[in-house]
Amino acid sequence: MIIAEQKPFEEIKNLIEPAQRVLVVGCGTCVTVCFAGGAREAAILAASLRMASKLNGDPKEVTDVTVQRQCEWEYLDTIAEQINEADIVLSIGCGIGVQAIAERYPKTWVVPGLNTAFLGLPAEQGVWVERCAACGDCILGLTAGICPIARCSKSLLNGPCGGSQDGHCEVNEEIPCAWQLIYDRLQSLGKLEMLYEIRPPKNWRTSRDGGPRKIVRPDLRLSEEE
Amino acid sequence: MADPMAPNGYVSGSNLERVLKSGNFAVTAELGPPQSADAEVIRKKAALLRGFCDAVNITDNQTAIVRMSSIGAGALLVREGLEPVIQMTCRDRNRLAIQSDLLGAYALGMRNVLCLTGDHQTFGNHPQAKNVFDIDSIQLVQIVKNLRDQHIFQCGDPLKGLEPRFFIGAAESPFAHPIEFRPYRLGKKIKAGANFIQTQLVFDIPAFEAFMEKVRALGLHQQAYLLAGVGPLKSPAMAKYMKENVPGILIPQELIDRLEEAGRPWAGKSRDELTKEEKKARSEAWKQTGIEICIELIQKILKIEGVAGVHIMAIEWEEAVEPIVKGAGLYPRPVIEPLPV
Amino acid sequence: MSSVNVDYQIVAFCCQYCAYAAADLAGGLRLQYPPNVKIVQIPCTGKMDVLYALQAFESGADAVMVAGCMPGDCHFLEGNFNAVRRVERVKDLLRQIGLEAERIRMFHISSSMASQFVAATEEMLRTVEAIGPNPLRVSGKAHPQETCGLPSG
Repeated sequence: MIIAEQKPFEEIKNLIEPAQRVLVVGCGTCVTVCFAGGAREAAILAASLRMASKLNGDPKEVTDVTVQRQCEWEYLDTIAEQINEADIVLSIGCGIGVQAIAERYPKTWVVPGLNTAFLGLPAEQGVWVERCAACGDCILGLTAGICPIARCSKSLLNGPCGGSQDGHCEVNEEIPCAWQLIYDRLQSLGKLEMLYEIRPPKNWRTSRDGGPRKIVRPDLRLSEEE
Repeated sequence: MADPMAPNGYVSGSNLERVLKSGNFAVTAELGPPQSADAEVIRKKAALLRGFCDAVNITDNQTAIVRMSSIGAGALLVREGLEPVIQMTCRDRNRLAIQSDLLGAYALGMRNVLCLTGDHQTFGNHPQAKNVFDIDSIQLVQIVKNLRDQHIFQCGDPLKGLEPRFFIGAAESPFAHPIEFRPYRLGKKIKAGANFIQTQLVFDIPAFEAFMEKVRALGLHQQAYLLAGVGPLKSPAMAKYMKENVPGILIPQELIDRLEEAGRPWAGKSRDELTKEEKKARSEAWKQTGIEICIELIQKILKIEGVAGVHIMAIEWEEAVEPIVKGAGLYPRPVIEPLPV
Repeated sequence: MSSVNVDYQIVAFCCQYCAYAAADLAGGLRLQYPPNVKIVQIPCTGKMDVLYALQAFESGADAVMVAGCMPGDCHFLEGNFNAVRRVERVKDLLRQIGLEAERIRMFHISSSMASQFVAATEEMLRTVEAIGPNPLRVSGKAHPQETCGLPSG
């Protein structure tokens, strides 16, 4: 899922500073699960902003609403009235949600309340880790199901580099060396010989390097007449 | 060597290649370019190294700190009559920039390149930078080899004219983890096209012997020239820091004890209690011991089968190269005249 | 306690297994605690939500007490530890908002500790007297304000 975290409160206050009526829009999907932008966080943020603005001598009308998914038009359409009444929309969805609101509501000023961080999973309660870089050309079949693009600090395809020590990356002891993990897993699966092959340079066109990406599925598109 | 060779029998004809091919024990040294545009620094350092090594590695923004470019400094070195080994990392350039820079380096007279992945930028003075890592060191070796032997760019397009004929180097860290995989990774680099290998600093001879035993078992010492990395320790503090903080560096306690012993006349006094002269004398004593240790290490390495030379990394201490090379009996350096093409 | 300013409002979220029973016992023992304290019974301090505390402050409460079981004695094993972390989060939020973090505090009080409950309330009142009323109050008295409800999730 998409992992995000709330921006510093001061930054959020500055972003909504010009507005009187603020609508905090939460998202009920990824950011709810990572406790960054769900209904509860929307309510906490709205209450905090109401109190802070009041103490600041400029009481703002801050309300909150949460949709199931900010990244789909259908859900955004259900809150059209609230969005249109607001001077500013503070989205605490991921960056996709912020842009979806901007696209769906061309006249609305929308600002982000979160920093969208990465694609990952909760390793344990309260801890999220990156797992995928969305490079568009998955190589997990070559690396025992551990992604060096997302998890090696240098995105090496022929790792590990000389900075691998005691299982962690030279960048930071908190980072497990992805190539040590790959090595260990290939070894336990009896497929270490896969590491002896030289992997050629990656084609980054499928990644962001090919420009913004798009997928079209003709079989799923609705016919023109409908 | 399996590489297609020029009619004269060399892949590049560089001095380093000639010395290695002649069977002489090679010596390379390292030169760190300045954090400035001052060519004089390169000239001064070149003067310290002249005659004591077969080629000089020029680091490429080592530890991710911005310095004069390796190719720029390399061009100065060529003018000074020394032979550079251009270090090329994948951190700051994509495959376009790397190939283009290598064409330029060759045109400027550089003949050796060391292909590295590069230290991560978080270590340096621009940790906010976006890194590149478009390719890795092994892929870089392949690219340089294909430029030279296939006359093609990475994309497959042919070069339109003269190809850069580099003597291709790669690095290996024998004691980084997973340690069992290191000889195989070295094999990958050689399979990719590395002609010579320079290793991370070696202080632990038994551990290095064990590594070399595996290298020989895989026959790698016959497919590329292996230069063991050595360097003089400046102080016990530096030795401890490297032992604890630099991945892949093993320093036996015995060596640290020897450095401590060298500083014993000044022991028991804190840094503030020592006079300037005392500090200088202590530093000299440490340095002298560091050089002695380095010489002993080289002498032990000379006896290890499959090692073709040493790479002396005297970090910001180029003056140490002369006494080390002389002390190890590696002076004067052989002169192998280039063969006519 | 003649100097007590009865206008101060302290909301005490008390676990039904311990602090709430302690408050009850205090009553039974005729121990007096400041009338400023309004007790809200909760099934466990693990139920304590950050938003409860924010709503209390937004409605004008001068302080919030969260009173749960002694460490290790939680009826639900570690609800009280969760509460400690949430109280810390509320302190962070209060600082961001511009209120004093001391306005909220976690206490551990077992059902038999009636006098400690009284002491805790008196301590909380002294804290409030020292830092003054919640500036979010419109008048001298706390007032209920319309706030959004807790999400059902």
